[in-house]
Amino acid sequence: MNRIFAILAVLMVFSQAQAAKTFVYCSEGSPSSFNPQLATDGPTFNASSHTVYNQLVQFKTGSTEVEPGLAESWVISKDGLTFTFKLRKGVKFHSSESFKPTREFNADDVLFSVNRQRETTHPYAKVSGGSYEYFQGMEMGKIIKDVKKVDEHTVQFILAQKEAPFLANLAMDFASILSAEYGDVMLKAKTPEKMDTAPIGTGPFVFKSYQKDTIIRYSANETYWKGKPAIENLIFSITPDASVRYQKLKAGECNLIAEPSPADLPAMKGNNKLQVFEKEGLNIGYLALNTEKPPFDKQLVRQAIMHALNRGAYIDAIYMGRATLAKNPIPPSIWSYNNSTQDYDYNIEKAKELLKKAGYPNGFETEMWTLPVSRPYNPSGKKMGEMMQADLAKVGIKVKLVTYDWPTYLEKSKKGEHQMIQMGWTGDNGDPDNFFNVLLGCSAVKAGSNLARWCFKPFNDLVQKAKQTTDIKQRTAFYMKAQDIFKSEAPWATLAHARVYRALSGNVTGYQIHPFGTENFEKVDIK
Amino acid sequence: MALSVLKKFLTVIPTLIGASLIAFALIRMVPGDPVTNLLGERGGDPAVVAEMNQKLGLDKPAWEQYFIFIKNACVGDMGTSIVSKRPVSEEFWSRFPATLELSVVSMVWALVLGLPFGILAALKRNSVLDYAVIGTSLIGYSMPIFWWGLILVIFFSVNLGWFPVSGRIGIEYDLVSKTGFLLIDSWFGEGGFLAFKSAVKHLVLPALVLGTIPLAVIARMTRSSLLEVLGEDFVRTAKAKGLSHYRVVIIHALRNALIPIVTVFGLLFGSLLTGAILTETIFSWPGVGRWLVKSVEARDYPVIQGGVLYIASMVVLLNLVIDFMYMWVYPKMRSK
Amino acid sequence: MIEFWGLFKQNRGALIGLWLVGLVGVVALLAPWLAPHDPTEVFAEALKLPPFWAEGAQAKFLLGTDDVGRDLLSRLIYGSRVSLGIGFLVVVFTTSVGTLLGLFAASLGSFVENLILRLMDILMALPSLLLAIVVVAILGPSLINTVIAVSIVSLPNVVRIVRASVLVEKNKNYVLASKSFGATWFHIYVKNVLPNCLAPLLVQATFGFSDGILNAAAFGFLGLGAQPPTPEWGTMLSDSRSFIESSPWLVTLPGLCILIVVISFNILGDGLRDALDPKTRRI
Repeated sequence: MNRIFAILAVLMVFSQAQAAKTFVYCSEGSPSSFNPQLATDGPTFNASSHTVYNQLVQFKTGSTEVEPGLAESWVISKDGLTFTFKLRKGVKFHSSESFKPTREFNADDVLFSVNRQRETTHPYAKVSGGSYEYFQGMEMGKIIKDVKKVDEHTVQFILAQKEAPFLANLAMDFASILSAEYGDVMLKAKTPEKMDTAPIGTGPFVFKSYQKDTIIRYSANETYWKGKPAIENLIFSITPDASVRYQKLKAGECNLIAEPSPADLPAMKGNNKLQVFEKEGLNIGYLALNTEKPPFDKQLVRQAIMHALNRGAYIDAIYMGRATLAKNPIPPSIWSYNNSTQDYDYNIEKAKELLKKAGYPNGFETEMWTLPVSRPYNPSGKKMGEMMQADLAKVGIKVKLVTYDWPTYLEKSKKGEHQMIQMGWTGDNGDPDNFFNVLLGCSAVKAGSNLARWCFKPFNDLVQKAKQTTDIKQRTAFYMKAQDIFKSEAPWATLAHARVYRALSGNVTGYQIHPFGTENFEKVDIK
Repeated sequence: MALSVLKKFLTVIPTLIGASLIAFALIRMVPGDPVTNLLGERGGDPAVVAEMNQKLGLDKPAWEQYFIFIKNACVGDMGTSIVSKRPVSEEFWSRFPATLELSVVSMVWALVLGLPFGILAALKRNSVLDYAVIGTSLIGYSMPIFWWGLILVIFFSVNLGWFPVSGRIGIEYDLVSKTGFLLIDSWFGEGGFLAFKSAVKHLVLPALVLGTIPLAVIARMTRSSLLEVLGEDFVRTAKAKGLSHYRVVIIHALRNALIPIVTVFGLLFGSLLTGAILTETIFSWPGVGRWLVKSVEARDYPVIQGGVLYIASMVVLLNLVIDFMYMWVYPKMRSK
Repeated sequence: MIEFWGLFKQNRGALIGLWLVGLVGVVALLAPWLAPHDPTEVFAEALKLPPFWAEGAQAKFLLGTDDVGRDLLSRLIYGSRVSLGIGFLVVVFTTSVGTLLGLFAASLGSFVENLILRLMDILMALPSLLLAIVVVAILGPSLINTVIAVSIVSLPNVVRIVRASVLVEKNKNYVLASKSFGATWFHIYVKNVLPNCLAPLLVQATFGFSDGILNAAAFGFLGLGAQPPTPEWGTMLSDSRSFIESSPWLVTLPGLCILIVVISFNILGDGLRDALDPKTRRI
């Protein structure tokens, strides 16, 4: 009898739970942490910085524009070295079983979050391994000279150098604001690592539980400063296999799936119970020519390769038409995109002619490294390599295709062992500097992200000048010119800006796809 | 007896040291390093990379890193995962129950089906049943289980919809995981019988796939060792003494036939983990196997070192237990 | 030898196994003549065509085409070369190295024996697939490196079997006799003892074949084995995983090929064991 009651009770609870709006997101991987400061991967950011946390400033949903977040407003000093933020009042942190906040969000939390990553003497600096790859990778430690609390609700950042993209950097995942009070309580309880496994933030969703590699549960933040989200429960169901995610979507087990396989898209679009969203991605796929190695040190050879590659054909075959042909290193959705640069046309005769001029009338032999992982900016490196191989053979360039597994590929290319290499990039913050300087600047040769190993002074000077100017008009002018130089020097064959797409069940409303490829569930609802 | 037990225990130590050394050395011989992997396309300034390596203790000479690892391992500290920044021990033990549950259930069903069919086949030698058992076990034994898993998923999950495609339990059941074994947690948890049923449903296909080869091997081994024993003198004597057929089979023959079965059982349990890597990949099963493979891809040195040491210890201990069971089932072995 | 053949012939299973293995061998040998197309040739206008029994099939492609438009039948036929090649190399490697180590362990005194056995214990204690994955990661993904990785993990079996049978032979009179004549180690063990241990070794080698093929296919499935466009069955299967619903034959057929070849070797191995192993022969 008791048993029956128990089951009835469960059924009742269950039907209530059904009534509460539950949104299931089938994600592609497990988060490595619940503290975005510690991670570099998308699954972690989706599970922490976009759900549990907020940043001082944030990207407008669906765009790369920066808008106020936990900071209501900000002032930048004339010399561009001091950023003063006015913090929002009345913002409450989540509470959990082990932590009940006694105060609202204030300047201490900002200092705590930044200094944990910046100062080696910070009580939390060494918690959970103590390496902050993203913060350090963006060189924030070098950029920030000091962070000061002016009063409870005012914070000042003093920079060591002029840094135009600084504001956009603060909207990035690693700049999420953690609770200093939570930190103190956990430190006293001798469980500081809980900070990173049981997150407390100010964001739209409250973290409930995580079953490793399986499920993450959140509930809506009733006291969210932007208003309570429309859905009550948010569930991440971790499903690494793309075809399984699709099967689950069809079976109604997911409302949204991450990274649908391009092969399934036509069927998804044909299914009237599903919705497919598409958007211009903030990415670039490219083929870099190692300008340190002959014959790619010759501009003519590089230009010949640009003419020899039938790049238009790759869009259909590799991206299944879901990309736009790239001619600049930045995607068109970023400001300062130069629409007037002259692209190289597919022209075998011209390519041969240029090769002849360069002293290679019969072509040459070389190697191409093909991307070993599937990324939005290049879903199939191998296949693309085969197509490029065929194209280049037509002008007498014999290409040997080579590949390694991902970490090896990264390490070897960083050392400049490659000749031609496929690579790509998805922007972090929508600032042009995030492309030009990170991928083509002189300092990036050493860092290993400038795979053309192309340190060209006229180009680099422009990019550095733009970085140290806060006036957008001036910056745009610099970048426009830089793109012209890039095009004629041709260190890369720019291939494609791939679109990002998501598949959803038909009853979802209010979803907006984000160009960074990250998810935001604040406004989604279920009919 | 006590001495031989002790002696056996002592041989475990060099094996474990060797295994840990090999794991340590091999994973470091793989080109590419964890920091480069974490930084991805971004790359990193050499000074920054050096600083991160120093924080992770990767700047020290390899032998020193190994001694630190062993020293800490002796007191139970397996280090910290580079990717998740969590202790390896915590990461391991939170995933191990999933693998163990899957392995135990598949082993149980392999035994429950394999033993009786093996016995029946031996008793009814050359009958249709015998041939059916031989034939089926041959197919099972030769099965590429990754393919088998895919076929079962398409047939039972996608086409018939009987079983879920992946995962361990329906998402509607929010269990407070106490033991990590969902069959147990769901039985005692608030989800009640429905949650338990959901957990069972999720387990059926993975366990079926993982249990296929053990089932085939157990059936074959039971059959052939029982046949062998049935032909031996003491069974004939027992029969001649007038003991009933079934008593002979059950008491004498089966007991003796257990020896090779126990051995095979031990070996199989060790190799289940290999099968688990494939099974976990197909069914997105959140276990140790998939985690270790991912850690190799990410060059997460501490996870590989620690995880392999855990598994090696288990395999070695299991073999010890099997050895002792051997002695217990077959007392004559003791004198050797 | 004649006795063996006689016993072998009596074993129906063994004969079937031999026939099947022979058949696969012939297919592999004659692949260029049997296959209707080049296995790497791309027919861009014929993507994912179904096999002959389904609607929409083309007679030109009997078993259909894969996602890049290559003829599946040709790829399966050429795949037998890859699989048998891998199996063969694995067996050659494990048998030669394993025999040597087993022989040393049984004959060179307790120090060497302990050393070798400990090493094998260590190999057995490491999760084999993971070990193989790491070995391939070190050497780089390729067929020959797959062979090396698979061989290393299957070494302990061979070493144990050789050692056990040498130990049995060691105390037999003929060995003791030649020892008393002062024969060399080489003469005693390689010339006298080893030929008497061939039976279990042959059985093990046959099973080694099927294990090697199965492991290599698993490797291909995990994306670590053969590099495209090599028609390796495990890789083919894994590459078509995402089409399992729309084009199931791309997954089913390569798997079936693996299964059939592995079964053939296992039947042969069973037959060989029945014919060669005096213990089971008695029943």
